[in-house]
Amino acid sequence: MSKIHVTTTVNGDEVDFLCDPRETLLDCLRDRLNLTGAKEGCGTGDCGACSVTLDGRLVCSCLVLGVEAEGKEIGTVEGIADGDVLHPLQKKFIEYAALQCGVCTPGILVAAKALLEKNPDPTEEEVRYWLAGNLCRCTGYDKIIRAVMDTAAELREAV
Amino acid sequence: MDYHSPASFAEASALAANATGITRFLAGGTDVLVQMRADIVTPDTLIDIKKIDGVRDITRNDDGSWTIGVAVTGAEMSEHPELGRDWPGVVEAMDLIGSTQVQGRATLTGNLCNASPAADSVPAMVAAGVTVTVTGPNGDREVPVEQIPTAPGRTSLAKGELISALHIPARGENGGDAYLRFIPRTEMDIAVVGCGVNLRIDGDTITEARVSLGAVAPTVLLVEDCARAIIGTKLDEAALEALAAAASAACNPINDKRGTIEFRTEVAGVLAKRAARIAYARAKGEKA
Repeated sequence: MSKIHVTTTVNGDEVDFLCDPRETLLDCLRDRLNLTGAKEGCGTGDCGACSVTLDGRLVCSCLVLGVEAEGKEIGTVEGIADGDVLHPLQKKFIEYAALQCGVCTPGILVAAKALLEKNPDPTEEEVRYWLAGNLCRCTGYDKIIRAVMDTAAELREAV
Repeated sequence: MDYHSPASFAEASALAANATGITRFLAGGTDVLVQMRADIVTPDTLIDIKKIDGVRDITRNDDGSWTIGVAVTGAEMSEHPELGRDWPGVVEAMDLIGSTQVQGRATLTGNLCNASPAADSVPAMVAAGVTVTVTGPNGDREVPVEQIPTAPGRTSLAKGELISALHIPARGENGGDAYLRFIPRTEMDIAVVGCGVNLRIDGDTITEARVSLGAVAPTVLLVEDCARAIIGTKLDEAALEALAAAASAACNPINDKRGTIEFRTEVAGVLAKRAARIAYARAKGEKA
């Protein structure tokens, strides 16, 4: 089985890797590029733990092949903070204790960031629908929703 | 597995025609990758059609009809400023599928070719009269959407054939469409019953109608008795009852954990009435 050479951009950096055509983007991020922020929960696009952006569009990286990343721009949770400075969403998640085990958190941060870039003033209902594809078995979602709503309010004030 | 990303549909067709073993086309991948992961389908040849020119385009043609590229995602359809005004039922049906993440990848063409009887976008497309261009070794042919699925997971596409474009008719004056589905929760589920209605009125009277049902038979159904029940009426109570009776009569569902035969048969009638009311209101230019 011959491997395919893929050149792509992850969090603004050009990277390349070799992968089997059956490997998912999630596997390539984790095993080829050592970016282990995105998690595999279900592997079938139901849980959202592997959420990344692909050319700015929120997707499940378990439902994208690594070879499809050729020439694309990928955004992962590793690119959310600015160096050592946490993104406002990350700070609010800590403040609100919007996580327990943390497996869903990278995906939820990526998804919530994508929402706030598209809609800076979402209603609670809009946040809940947007994040419906991100399952959390610990928190009961309430703290997550409140953290996202409060981040949105803070970012609106900052503009 | 060999991975190909051809630059044209003719090349994609030739690759598929000459491939041995199992071939799959890759658009959004939200079904194909799940099937690969679950070892339901292990393709020997995977043909990614997303690098073909124009597959991401939503085009309004001069005659008011629409051409939708085979890799256009649900999110792109929902964000389009004009498409949803002409065909809200089609856009809303597509938008019901999966999560935000799935919407970023899933396509109408993939939903059609996966050939699930419960595919949400398919009844809406059938009601709207959508056709597809099928490209194969012998050239192109136009096929109505309802002739693509033949059984759960099976299509009428021959070896070497693939869908290369979707065509939605011009909306025209005084028309409206709607799609409704029943699921036991509010989001992220598979239709227990789905119903698409597309109609046109002259004054208050329905002059044209197409009604389709999903998840109540091995394939999505175009139910002509439902259309006959409302054409020539003003969608009064008697017409709605006749519509519901025709919808229930057309059902040939399975019993499964998501719904019994009796439940699906009854709900098909209820959804047909509700979807018809919405389509009728839209045809009159009312908000619905």
